[in-house]
Amino acid sequence: MNWLNTILIFLVAFVAVFLESVFDGARNFLGAQIDLLPALMVYAALTASLMTMTTLAILGGLWFDSLSANPLGISVLPLFAAGYAIYLRREMILREQLYAQALLGLLASAMVPALTVLLLSMRREAPALGWGSIWQWLVMSVGGAVLTPVCFRLFDGLHHALNYRPMLENSFRADREIRRGRN
Amino acid sequence: MFKRPHYIALGLVVLLTLIVLNLPNHTASQLKLAIGSFFLPLFGLSKSVHQLRERGSDALVPRPTLLKENDQLRLTNQELLIRAMQGDATARENEQLRQLLGWQKQSSWKLKLANVIARDPGNWWHVIQIDAGSRDGISQDMPVVIATGTNAALVGRISAVGLASSQVSLIGNSDCKVAALVPATGDMGVVTGIASPLDNTLVTLSYLASNSNLKPGQMVFTSGEGKIFQKGIVIGQVAEDSHQAELGYTEARVKLAADLGKLEEVWVLIK
Repeated sequence: MNWLNTILIFLVAFVAVFLESVFDGARNFLGAQIDLLPALMVYAALTASLMTMTTLAILGGLWFDSLSANPLGISVLPLFAAGYAIYLRREMILREQLYAQALLGLLASAMVPALTVLLLSMRREAPALGWGSIWQWLVMSVGGAVLTPVCFRLFDGLHHALNYRPMLENSFRADREIRRGRN
Repeated sequence: MFKRPHYIALGLVVLLTLIVLNLPNHTASQLKLAIGSFFLPLFGLSKSVHQLRERGSDALVPRPTLLKENDQLRLTNQELLIRAMQGDATARENEQLRQLLGWQKQSSWKLKLANVIARDPGNWWHVIQIDAGSRDGISQDMPVVIATGTNAALVGRISAVGLASSQVSLIGNSDCKVAALVPATGDMGVVTGIASPLDNTLVTLSYLASNSNLKPGQMVFTSGEGKIFQKGIVIGQVAEDSHQAELGYTEARVKLAADLGKLEEVWVLIK
């Protein structure tokens, strides 16, 4: 179960980065591309182990940067920071609740691009920023809030399709069988 | 609150980030291309699906429409052949005159058609990936154009080259500054960046002389300064009156001739 979950998370992250670079629907319609990795980080932070979450931040960040003009490795730290902040408090989070998933998705999707741009500025890179970037940031944040619950439903569906169904417990127990009769 | 695994995870991420970010440029770009090559099968799959979809839609086009289109293409082909002959004659004449004057010989350009396979997944760079790489003769800094009518419109330059794919920095990206000329007034400037992150069809033409007075509709071409872009490639048209900027320079907004949001195929000018 754990291995399957880990493999599925990495696989979905890989496909998500590919889709972000190939499909321009959101970019053409809303003026900004929505990043799926923060939503995945929220899912990983709430359901997977620390090592899985860390590996997702590393692999997801490297995959994202390899298709972007970002310096390689710049996205790793922001993704990890978003995931780790949630991981630390995950016992206190109502992870099954839709609003909790959406709110965490909103925060993570707002935090990751902001931290990335901050790191880029610290390295004296010159990303194309302006007043329009605020709109792009809002679209990314709200998009992340919408996609995080979708991400949870997607993984629920994948687990349902790929895992054995849990065996239902029967109330019958042989050692407590009431034997009727004279013997 | 912090346990040993937490320190290990934190240390791992910080260490890896520091190492990768501090790699020499060449090593980092090679590593980037190597990681990016994992996506090549998916890009191939995406291209095949796109081609299948196109073939499917082609099969639905009625025969009379295809015949009409074929006739039009034949006419255009003939017209272009005649123009190419005229161009060849002019080039020969130009070469003879250059020899007579003792000027340096101009190198000719070849063209390589490439498909756009991906865009930058981030929102703060204007970069695309194409399916042609070093094995196709592509190298760093080659100009990339598209055909618009009878002209070639500038798209950008090759910023990184892999074996089978390359990265193109589009005009307006921070690493693709273009020396420009407005023939109507003789003004020269530099296309420095996009005017707004939400609209990649408008760029800023900066460093114009303080007395320059550009008007909407005036054409903007590459000036050939800077050695990357040859002279005379269309960049776009002045979109609004020029205005004073900081440091005494004048700036103008230019509407690009190439629609950078809808690129599917581009031409790389190979020296």
